[in-house]
Amino acid sequence: MNKIYLDHNATTPIDPYVLGKMLPYYKDIFGNASSAHGFGQEAMKGIDWAREQIAELFGCKLKEIIFSSGATESNNLVLRGLLMSFRYAKKDNWDKKFHIITSAIEHPAILEPCKELEKEGLAEITIVGINDRGFVDLEEIKKEIKENTILVSIMYVNNEIGTIQPIKEIGKIIERINAERAKKNPKFAAFDRVYFHTDAAQATHYCDMKVKNLGVDFMTISGHKIYGPKGIGATYIKEGSPIRAVTFGGHQEYNIRPGTYNVAQIVGLGAAVELINNTKENAKINKRIEELRDKLTEELQKKIPDTFINGVMDNRVPANLNISFKNAEGESMMLMLDMEEIAVSTGSACASGSLAPSYVLLALGLSPEICHASLRISLGKFTTEKEINYVIKILPGIIAKLRKISPYK
Amino acid sequence: MNYSDILMDHFKNPRNQGEIKDANGVGNVGNPICGDMMKIYIKVEKDKDGDDYIKDVKFQTLGCAAAIASSSMLTEMVKGMKVKDALKITREQVAEKLGGLPKEKIHCSVLANEGFKKAIAQYHGEDIEKSAEEKEIEEAHC
Ligand code: FES
Repeated sequence: MNKIYLDHNATTPIDPYVLGKMLPYYKDIFGNASSAHGFGQEAMKGIDWAREQIAELFGCKLKEIIFSSGATESNNLVLRGLLMSFRYAKKDNWDKKFHIITSAIEHPAILEPCKELEKEGLAEITIVGINDRGFVDLEEIKKEIKENTILVSIMYVNNEIGTIQPIKEIGKIIERINAERAKKNPKFAAFDRVYFHTDAAQATHYCDMKVKNLGVDFMTISGHKIYGPKGIGATYIKEGSPIRAVTFGGHQEYNIRPGTYNVAQIVGLGAAVELINNTKENAKINKRIEELRDKLTEELQKKIPDTFINGVMDNRVPANLNISFKNAEGESMMLMLDMEEIAVSTGSACASGSLAPSYVLLALGLSPEICHASLRISLGKFTTEKEINYVIKILPGIIAKLRKISPYK
Repeated sequence: MNYSDILMDHFKNPRNQGEIKDANGVGNVGNPICGDMMKIYIKVEKDKDGDDYIKDVKFQTLGCAAAIASSSMLTEMVKGMKVKDALKITREQVAEKLGGLPKEKIHCSVLANEGFKKAIAQYHGEDIEKSAEEKEIEEAHC
């Protein structure tokens, strides 16, 4: 049996089709895409093609897409770039603190930049929680929006428990609030709005990505979560939405994101998205992943007593399973699986370096003991039934062994 | 995680794992916040010099690989030793024998050492005669 990779929420292997599309850009088509000569223009053609793929996925205009080095950079650009453009908009905004709402289960690539803006004295941050099913509460978000709120940023799909957040509904709430603001203010313009961002890095392969349906002003995607290369991502910025650059240099990407075009990676992202745009084929792939995931879930529940599913299974992406086996510790489980060449991850405090259990699982209201006993098993499009059968065969023995060592029975 | 081969060996094949039914000392330690839990059982008898020695020792651990391996190593080290000598074994010595521990895993070896000391203390009947002061501290913790 070959090595079994079940950590697709962390990253995905590159699809051979994607790699094939990229390779010429590492060899013959090496020009700087900003150059006007033939070498440059050929490289630019690759970028244009990639942008078209993403515009198709988002249902947006070409110029509404800005390439980045990945979801972290895209998120930072939206958070800081929006806030900075508000600050620069009017002189007395310079002394103002702007309000941003986000959720407790966001990726550190949202939470940390938010903390930074707070530390710098530029922003006030409100963090909404989730219910025990794994979702943010619409009423709570609505309640938290106030006069100086400029942004609501809620992830599309959580990376640990896979729950799909109600993005469309939040989009509608924000639209309504903006309509109310416009009614009260005849001069209502760009700097009077509440904007809406979603980090869709974990959603791209599975969910509706049409920005009009979602009602988002900004959206983040990442290449390596969708069988594309690492170090590449894109930001959707709705036309007319104010974003100020956070890095400065050349004129690439309308001055919003300067830096020589990373052509091969951009083409790779485009190719990964091209595969998703084949909606029929992609739906088939996702359905197969879901069936395997459900089989794994059912069998593990049947074979291993004291098993708990973390977060609800409905409204969860097909790839993700987050499961706890009481009185077995996560890092130990992970290492024993690794010895069998099966790769998964855990929310246990013991595996975290900081010795704190996963904040996502805690936000679900789980006890530290259940977090301690958790595994995240995430499947991908290359996962086979044989591999899942092997995990079903191996895991019960590992849990039994660890429970035997444990003082709790 | 950078675990040594020795540590991984103790994790894969823990020595002295289980419980001693007629133990005359049991040490219970844990960190309920992160969920780690350890129980060390000892059977103390007199050796030919008439000194107390560790005739048998076993452990149960709910925790990471470092916690399981530390308890395994510790039990292997103290087994057969005179109690007074066994008490001198430090957690650094356990860690060293394991081929070193990553920094964030040092507390796991502390747990093993404390568990063992508690088991000896119980053998000496010390837990029954806890000083008033000690009790106060414990209550304050809760
Ligand atoms: S037992 Fe939790 S980190 Fe070692």
